[in-house]
Amino acid sequence: MSDALDVQNITVAYQESTVLENAAFSVPQGKLVGIVGPNGAGKSTLLKAVLDLVPKLHGRAVFFGDELKKVRSSIGYVPQRGEVDWDFPTNALDVVTMGRYGHVGLFRRPRKQDREVAFQSLKELGMEDYAKRQIRQLSGGQQQRVFLARAMAQDASLYIMDEPFAGIDAKTERAIIELMQKWKQQNKTIIVVHHDLQTAREYFDWMILLNKQVVAQGPTEEVFTKEKLQQAYGGQLAFLQSAASEETGGLS
Amino acid sequence: MTYEGWIIVTGVLVGASCSIIGVLLVLRQMAMISDAISHTVILGLVSAFLLTSTLDSFTMLIGAAVAGLLTTIVIQLLQNSGVQPDAAIGVTFTAFFALGVFLISRYAGNVHLDVNHALMGDIAFVPFQTVSVFGVSMPQAFLFVSVVLFLNVILAVLFYKEWKVSTFDPGLAVALGVPVAFLHYLLMTMTSVTAVSSFDSVGAVLVVAFMIVPAASAYLWTRSFPYMFVLSIFISAASCFSGYYAAKWLNVSISGSMAVMTGVFFLISFLFAGEDGIVTRVLRQKRKQRMQWNAASAAASQPERDRLNG
Ligand SMILES: Nc1ncnc2c1ncn2[C@@H]1O[C@H](COP(=O)(O)OP(=O)(O)OP(=O)(O)O)[C@@H](O)[C@H]1O
Ligand SMILES: [Mg+2]
Repeated sequence: MSDALDVQNITVAYQESTVLENAAFSVPQGKLVGIVGPNGAGKSTLLKAVLDLVPKLHGRAVFFGDELKKVRSSIGYVPQRGEVDWDFPTNALDVVTMGRYGHVGLFRRPRKQDREVAFQSLKELGMEDYAKRQIRQLSGGQQQRVFLARAMAQDASLYIMDEPFAGIDAKTERAIIELMQKWKQQNKTIIVVHHDLQTAREYFDWMILLNKQVVAQGPTEEVFTKEKLQQAYGGQLAFLQSAASEETGGLS
Repeated sequence: MTYEGWIIVTGVLVGASCSIIGVLLVLRQMAMISDAISHTVILGLVSAFLLTSTLDSFTMLIGAAVAGLLTTIVIQLLQNSGVQPDAAIGVTFTAFFALGVFLISRYAGNVHLDVNHALMGDIAFVPFQTVSVFGVSMPQAFLFVSVVLFLNVILAVLFYKEWKVSTFDPGLAVALGVPVAFLHYLLMTMTSVTAVSSFDSVGAVLVVAFMIVPAASAYLWTRSFPYMFVLSIFISAASCFSGYYAAKWLNVSISGSMAVMTGVFFLISFLFAGEDGIVTRVLRQKRKQRMQWNAASAAASQPERDRLNG
């Protein structure tokens, strides 16, 4: 079985400064993967480079042993919430229906069944009452759930999500993690940028530590060590230390 | 049709054509690009004329489309190399426009390529220059504008969901394999072509009013993507009607008057539209204050009552 994602020596620079250097890692299928690293580590950039949303200086990404073009419809991307215009005149259901566009095809209109899938996805995230609500009238957490519903409607085999838990309350976060675990059991792969080290170890079975370069990658219990975290977070770890030692304490 | 009729109908068609483009530009926060393009197409027109020595509409369209695309590409290049976005637009279009004016005055001074006309075009003259199609005589400008409107409608409908997703979330659009870059340049081409088709009737300056102002007004009223097109077309049509009669009444330029009316409709929208209108907001604030005051006075009298009951 080929890896869900194989990243080969990707380097990305904005203007002059290199923000990602020779990033290389691979993610087996059916894993729930966390990408962690400090602010500005290049996490969002990595996801965008992998999906051809920003140009790479060199390197490439291979999905299920194939190039991106061939597998687009089986990849679901959830950008950071701030990256779209929430003042855009449309409602929640419509945004979720956009997730179906890959299945609909050029020139065609979404069919009734696409709208039904979209509505079911909203329902799964407890958002059915907001289907017709203007997107800008949704709270941050509700907007995030709309994004997740859209990813769900895409019915992808690989999900790539940038901070899906930002601005979400603990209860919703738990519900979403359960949903992701369900997807995992269906052999889907979920790659998530995550900031909370407290929960990271519990949520993910595979991890990538990033700080401009890949510091560590692999099964969570191998990656989530004090030394490696310190390496990734550098001096900033001082105040994170207690969290980390707490988390790794059980391992040693 | 009457003289009056042709003018209004042509105005309405220009308005509809511009509205379709305008909604997309406004939602993509690219309103100022239309200003740039409407000026630089003049360079396209004169270049096309100098290269081919003809003034037929098709050649002019090609020239305009090329100039418009070139404008956006140059703006993009400047922005990518670190020039401020608005400065990049300003520098590019003034340079292109100046070059156009220079070429006209140097090489094309004695043909019908009048800078003044291209900039300020007058819809009052539209009915006088007619062509005959299948034996039916109609103003040339009307024919030209109808064809471009037809194109715009077709492209808007054909790529409807692609326009929507690439405007709302370009990242997802790319990930879904929507040809985002192609759509961008298609929109720029449509903007150029629409600008040129409107030159005879409203000119380069006012075409910007028709592209931006009705769309910006519609945005204040509606929270639905398709209705924004409908409403924007409706507002520009209303501007044409009211503008025509206002011009007749005040004896002023008809196209100028129509453009002023788009501004009037914007002002009305700004004041009254939906929950964001200034007037609406003030009224709501007043009502809320009154309610709070009532609640506060009720609360204040509560202990009084308690004491009495106790
Ligand atoms: N469009 C851009 N132009 C120039 N520099 C950029 C751009 N986007 C990001 N950067 C820079 O690239 C670096 C990596 O940014 P990126 O957004 O990938 O970090 P991140 O790990 O996602 O951070 P965060 O945790 O804050 O989301 C940062 O230093 C940032 O300033
Ligand atoms: Mg980020």
